[in-house]
Amino acid sequence: MSQPGSPRNTIGRARRRVDGRAKVTGQTRFADDVVLPRTAHCKLLRASVPHARIRSIDVSAAASAPGVLLVLTGADFPIPFGILPVSQDEHPLCREKVRFVGDPVAAVIAADEASAAEALALIAVDYEALPARATPLEAYENPSPRIHEYGEEGNVHKRVSFRFGDTDEALASSDRVFDDVFFFQGNTHLPIEQHASIAAPDPDGKLTIWSSTQVPHYLHRALSRALEIPAAHIRVIAAPNGGGFGGKTDPFNHEIVVARAAMILGRPVKIALNREEVFYCHRGRHPVLMRFRTGVNSDGTIQAMHLQTFIDGGAYGSYGVASTFYTGALQTVTYRIPRYRFEACRMFTNKPPCGPKRGHGTPQPRFGQEVQLDKIAEALALDPAELRLKIVEKPGTVTANYMQVRTIGLAECIRSVVRRSGWAERFRHLPHGHGLGLACSSYLSGAGLPIYWNKLPHSGVQLKLDRSGGVTAFCGATEVGQGSDDVLVNIVAEILGIHPFDIRCVTGDTDLTPVDLGSYSSRVTLMMGNAAIEAADRARDLLARAVAAKLAVPKERLVFSERRVFDASEPGTGVTFQEAVILAEAEFGTLGTTGSYTPPRSPARYKGGGVGPSPTYSYTACVVEAHVDPATGWVHVPKIWIAHDIGRALNPVLARGQVEGSVYMGLGEALMEEQVFRRLPPKLSGALVHKFPSMLEYKSPTSLDMPEVDTELIEIPDPAGPFGAKEVGQGPLLPIMPAVANAVYDAVGVRIDEVPITPEKIVKALEEKAKGKPGRYGPESFPDIAFPEPMLVPPPWEGGDGNATNDPERKRSAKLADKSA
Amino acid sequence: MKSLVPLSFRVNGEPVEAAVAPYKTLLEVLREDLGLTGTKHGCELGECGACAVLLDGEPVLSCLVVARACEGRTVETVEGLAGRDGALHPLQEAFADLGGSQCGYCTPGILMTAKHLLDGNPSPTRDEIADALSGNLCRCTGYNQIFESVEEAAARLRGERRVTHDDEHWAKTGDPLAAEVRKR
Repeated sequence: MSQPGSPRNTIGRARRRVDGRAKVTGQTRFADDVVLPRTAHCKLLRASVPHARIRSIDVSAAASAPGVLLVLTGADFPIPFGILPVSQDEHPLCREKVRFVGDPVAAVIAADEASAAEALALIAVDYEALPARATPLEAYENPSPRIHEYGEEGNVHKRVSFRFGDTDEALASSDRVFDDVFFFQGNTHLPIEQHASIAAPDPDGKLTIWSSTQVPHYLHRALSRALEIPAAHIRVIAAPNGGGFGGKTDPFNHEIVVARAAMILGRPVKIALNREEVFYCHRGRHPVLMRFRTGVNSDGTIQAMHLQTFIDGGAYGSYGVASTFYTGALQTVTYRIPRYRFEACRMFTNKPPCGPKRGHGTPQPRFGQEVQLDKIAEALALDPAELRLKIVEKPGTVTANYMQVRTIGLAECIRSVVRRSGWAERFRHLPHGHGLGLACSSYLSGAGLPIYWNKLPHSGVQLKLDRSGGVTAFCGATEVGQGSDDVLVNIVAEILGIHPFDIRCVTGDTDLTPVDLGSYSSRVTLMMGNAAIEAADRARDLLARAVAAKLAVPKERLVFSERRVFDASEPGTGVTFQEAVILAEAEFGTLGTTGSYTPPRSPARYKGGGVGPSPTYSYTACVVEAHVDPATGWVHVPKIWIAHDIGRALNPVLARGQVEGSVYMGLGEALMEEQVFRRLPPKLSGALVHKFPSMLEYKSPTSLDMPEVDTELIEIPDPAGPFGAKEVGQGPLLPIMPAVANAVYDAVGVRIDEVPITPEKIVKALEEKAKGKPGRYGPESFPDIAFPEPMLVPPPWEGGDGNATNDPERKRSAKLADKSA
Repeated sequence: MKSLVPLSFRVNGEPVEAAVAPYKTLLEVLREDLGLTGTKHGCELGECGACAVLLDGEPVLSCLVVARACEGRTVETVEGLAGRDGALHPLQEAFADLGGSQCGYCTPGILMTAKHLLDGNPSPTRDEIADALSGNLCRCTGYNQIFESVEEAAARLRGERRVTHDDEHWAKTGDPLAAEVRKR
């Protein structure tokens, strides 16, 4: 299906993105830019307490306030929702309980926004306070009261346990075992666009909603279920997102509320969240405490790894079950790890729900793994780059946990950053206070399984061509800034030999476009791209057959390029693209083609093996230079060298933008960004509140903090990807945090085993070191968590077939199969 | 209902007469009363720079300016950046070509802030650009392609052109459509 051969038209060329003009003229229509006549405005009353039963809500005063059209409460929304089928644990408005400060309890819809906001103050909620849990350990040690009535027990949301080979034996027989505990603080996406939605009843009584969502298909399903309206009667239009980064991949309470309000009132209803509310929507990086026990031989080869993660999920499930698996799924795809054990536990706490942020569950353990590798290299007197080159996984490998590695350009990435950064001469040789750190990573090019189980395509593309010579490409994919519209038209233009600008692009509209699962898990380029290739190849074939008949040349000899279809051996013989379409339309009738993409089946057959598989993985290596002031702990990063194995860059301008945007976001996570909470003093309610739900106080890097970035794209076309392309939007974020930590160690000799790496932590570690103690800042221990019995899955090289040998459900079904045989 | 007050000022070179709620900010009047949704909001607290416009030629955060304070004054927004012939401003060309804009949400504020910089300084250094844009947050790009876009725009405004665009290849194909596309 994919075409790893040499493209000749648009693929690989630096080119203005198709939506570039709209973006620089302010004409990109984001959700809040959609203006409809008679629009009413919605504001949400949010819980002022972190955990409480709702005794009663009195909305009578609000309902009769000037301008107010409608007041809704949880009583109006009996049906729960949630992104995962196993975590339908949210209500559009809270019913019996509130679970964090910011949980919505009532909605006011008024003729104007100011009246709605004023009426919120007239709603009286009588809360019966419950103890609030601030940390996962607090939640673990206090199983009662439960934050949710579902989950494993107490406040444990999800526990998983796997053993791929006998890690105990391998650890015992390793030359050295390194045992390290790390903590990765939570942080948030902070898209500059605040979430907005506008819902409107259609003239025929159906419903349309424009929303800042990365996942119109999943929102479509959630709305249908929550509102009890057939999906066929709901149209979801994903407006281009003003940044998403994973923060707009859940269906949200406010989307369901305005949809219901619009249906009740028979007029458009809009909501535009304020910045504080965006912090409450969250779904950002899970805080994760993790322990790595890694057995290595003296040459640095890894014998086994045992990873445990303890995860702060916040108040709702969100993607949390998947996130839990992701904290251990990808450890094996970068380096050879012959035996692997992974245990994880996600807790509910009374804070905004965590979810998927760029890298989804994998940056936290990647941080621990790459910092630990730096420690291993030093202890074994090996160069960290040489060590990694020695243990890089081989192409075509099925790993211990049955992840299928295809192409892997990690060694090329490492060599690239080592060469460009002057690593050999400068690492461990810079003056005190200056240092270099290296780290690597990998990420999915799309999740192998959808959010809900089905056998349907993950992405569909339709093309319409007609006698005007115009081509329209339809796909459910969502433009979140990453350039998905450009990928779509780039591929179609390449195959049909026309200019991308000649193609009209219709995306993210459930009425008009075939389903694409959404802009998450770095799936769009690969999945939509392959679907686009299939659709465009089919269109090209129709045109080629008609032109071949007209010109009396074999169709295999026809070239599509420069808006012409011509004979390769005699380029003067040909027709214009428009003539080609006319010929085909005359020959075959109305022209339209489709393409679909479904990922290959994963070799992981064990229960839980559905999280982690991907059609192929991207790889990244980076070197960070850090200047650390030993007196203040202040870290200045002047330069970062990064190399990313992208397979093929479809548009190098955009690919570089994804790499450097990831570097930027990773640097923010490394040095300053943290979503943290505090308890108000008892006289001020004692509530657990967000420490700083504002852009000013939630520190993110500005233009003055951004280092020079030296980027190289490593292009080893992957047969799984469209024209060989792999993902680029997430993987390059992951190595930044550990590389900063490793650079700080090279600079001043202290280990900061915790993110973010703040000046205060560095100074504390330096003070410890001066006292003769280990110069380290980070968690001391991993709590004693009762993990379940591991699922035993022998690795491929120990006779495994991808199944667990002790899965009770599997044993039962095997017995049934025997009986029926 | 709050009684409206009259407001007259110039927006993008055109006189505007409006009746607006007295508490409204310039941002709100631009977006809600005048339909100029090109100016964005990211916080409405003066923290992100997304709403930056030029007021009498100076960059301001329109979320912090009471609209009534603009009486008789001149406002420039992203809608007025392109020429009257529809030709993009060199800043717009460069941002579109060089990855200076990803999601595009911070872009209008950054373009207007950068225009002010280039109006007063035709050859800014990288540090001067970073300094001028330090109040405009961007979460997508990592800023470097923004800096390069401003540098390229400055060069084009000085009559130099440093980065050639791949679309020029298409302009040379002889296809009449190509020339038309170029004109747009």
